[in-house]
Amino acid sequence: MRRREFLTLPAKGVGGLLIYTLAGEPVRVNAQEGSLKIPLKFFTEHEARTVMAASERILPADESGPGATEANVVVYIDRQLAGPYGRDKFRYTKAPWIESVPEHGYQGKETPRELYRAGVVRLGQDFAQLAASEQDKRLMEIEKTYFFQMLRTHTIEGFLCDPLHGGNAGMIGWQMIGFPGPLMGYREEVEKHGVPFQRKPKSLSQVYGRPVKGWEEEPA
Amino acid sequence: MKQMKPVDVVIAGGGWTGLAMARELTARTALSVLVLERGPDRKFADYAANMDEVDYGIRKRMMQNIAEETITHRHTLRDTAAPVRQYGGILPGTGVGGSGEHWTGYAERHTPDDFHLATALREKWGAARLPDALSVQDYPLRYEDLEPYYWRVEQLMGVGGKAGNLKGKIVDGGNPFEGPRSHEFPNPPHRKTYPMALFEQASRELGYHPYTAAAATLTETYTNPDGITRGACQYCGYCMLYGCMVGAKSQPTNTLMPVLKRKSTFTLRANSWVKRVIHRDGKAEGVVYMDENGEEVLQPAAIVVLASFTPNNTRLLLLSKIGTAYDPLTGKGSLGKNFSHTVGGGGTSLALSKPLNGFMFAGGQSMRISDFNGFQGIPADSGVLRGGISNTAGGNLRPIGSFGRIPAGESARNWGSEWKKAAVKYFDKIAMIGVFEMDHLAYKHNYMDLDPTYTDKWGDPLLRITVDWTEHEQKQRAFAAEVTGKIAQQAAKTSGARVIGSERGGRASRRYQTAEYATTHVQGGAIMGTTSENSVVNSWLQHWHVPNLWVIGASSFPQNSSSHPTLTSVALTLRAADALIERYLKKPGALA
Repeated sequence: MRRREFLTLPAKGVGGLLIYTLAGEPVRVNAQEGSLKIPLKFFTEHEARTVMAASERILPADESGPGATEANVVVYIDRQLAGPYGRDKFRYTKAPWIESVPEHGYQGKETPRELYRAGVVRLGQDFAQLAASEQDKRLMEIEKTYFFQMLRTHTIEGFLCDPLHGGNAGMIGWQMIGFPGPLMGYREEVEKHGVPFQRKPKSLSQVYGRPVKGWEEEPA
Repeated sequence: MKQMKPVDVVIAGGGWTGLAMARELTARTALSVLVLERGPDRKFADYAANMDEVDYGIRKRMMQNIAEETITHRHTLRDTAAPVRQYGGILPGTGVGGSGEHWTGYAERHTPDDFHLATALREKWGAARLPDALSVQDYPLRYEDLEPYYWRVEQLMGVGGKAGNLKGKIVDGGNPFEGPRSHEFPNPPHRKTYPMALFEQASRELGYHPYTAAAATLTETYTNPDGITRGACQYCGYCMLYGCMVGAKSQPTNTLMPVLKRKSTFTLRANSWVKRVIHRDGKAEGVVYMDENGEEVLQPAAIVVLASFTPNNTRLLLLSKIGTAYDPLTGKGSLGKNFSHTVGGGGTSLALSKPLNGFMFAGGQSMRISDFNGFQGIPADSGVLRGGISNTAGGNLRPIGSFGRIPAGESARNWGSEWKKAAVKYFDKIAMIGVFEMDHLAYKHNYMDLDPTYTDKWGDPLLRITVDWTEHEQKQRAFAAEVTGKIAQQAAKTSGARVIGSERGGRASRRYQTAEYATTHVQGGAIMGTTSENSVVNSWLQHWHVPNLWVIGASSFPQNSSSHPTLTSVALTLRAADALIERYLKKPGALA
């Protein structure tokens, strides 16, 4: 049994409502006070802080809007790795393991969990404490690795997933790109060409009217 | 081995073709029909809350569990095949309805010359100009033979569209290059998204003939001849890779199962994985399957129908040792030959200044031109033998899947602040214009057999696919990119958009790949033909050597057509059912 690990974050750093200034700059408001103590399912706290810092460099908070940290990307990744995906329950894992051509995609034996464990070590014990420019340098060194490609993909997923998976906190990512969520239909809107459709997004649970569980939470 | 009570007909696979066959048999005969489906018993209600991109779009929750069975692939006979370890190029569904649950709903007919393609190619270009490796074959039937069945499937699904050729008369607004239809579509065409409208106007200005694609996502509320009523599509954007939560997309679970459930002669057994066809002296005696507890079960039957996902039909025949495996070196044997996929690509992207609202769309909602399909508009000096359909779809905008589509030169890296700003700016501004789907011709070196190394969860050999693109497919893509470049330039002129790139080149288009999604449209392996030497099944999808064995689905296509395979697969199934019921049952034996 592993020791329970938590990630404690200031609540005002996560989620919130985006409003736009007259100049079109997004400003985050309505974030909560206090702190969030998030139980980790796979990462240690140190690993979580390293992944959080790395994903923030992939999608940083800047004048275009909030970044990976504010969307709780690390919580998404932690849950995915804890679930069947992280253990390769939905991947063909029979031997022999062979090197093949790039057209065949990832042929490695390591599971996503193993790739993260090793990848975090490679980023360095001090990664989360480094200046942004130093962090970028380390990431550029591993840019071509499968781990980095995976981290980049998971960062985008955690930023723009339905909040039921733990990321996209407060639907901040959807607000930023103008995605309204899984609304049931646009029959009357689909032919209004070029007309902006602006709605406060709704999550799947809000549209469905009941909580929806992600695949990662189902018993394997 | 556990042995079950015999049934009249056992069908392996509960997708479009298996259930359509079951519907015909249970509606028109008193035979007991058992469908064995490998996956779970999916229901319409399962889709009420499946609009989730991570679980369905990315983790592919509706597909077969690839950990249990996959395919292997190699480019040439000299290579060692590698297993497809995670989903990429093709996405076979599982559960009741099969891939017919997550399909997109394009419901097009083949064109008349698709049915006699080998003859048409020789007549058009001359035998001397055709590559030696070509193994294209004629179907053993004509378009006219299948037309009544196309019409039946269109009514069953409630296909929407506009006829371009009604009984030989060319009608404005439809596809003037299609084969003659006996009837107008059961439903009107889809509404148009912004990119569709741009494509329509630009291609018309260039003298082409745009039309709205035939789609099985209902454009209006509709009641089919079986009395099944389904509601109209709401353009929610969760279609391909998802089940329809309102039942507008025609799926076996909402179109065929409501009818089958009322039949006392129909039984569906889910979580039943068929492993072998049992046969003796040229007669099938039933199938062996693994039940939900992992127990091996013998199911005796008087008639066996294989209706599993395309490559698996071939695999089941190979595992059961029925027929002669194809040998690409000698050309002998027919089982496993003529594997074909689809040649896609050649689209040109436009950056627009106004939002596209690309998240509003339906599966099968698209504007197309067939001005370069088949032999239409192909210059003699291009080296292209067959063209394809150019297609501008609804929107296909996904928060995760579409994030990061940016014009070249906007960011040095594909991560970091500079990239993120561009990704946000262009998120809903990029329209892909004119993506082509072109005939993938059959070649002697593209085929299927059993892998010598890798096995499925039961220890049976996986299917090995040997396929690569040839020079011809490169020429097709280059030609397509030229055409869509012209249309995109024209659309840019009138809309203030900017042309930002084409899908012309890239390593991915030179060598066949299994890592990224292409299409699930794979064909061949148990093809239909005129003799037992050149094919596995006859014109009625009856096995040449085992008359009480029927092998249905796109495994019977001698080669790919630019039009999607579902409508033709189901139409051929209804034709096979007619032959089975009206001729075979009266006089069991090989149908001449």
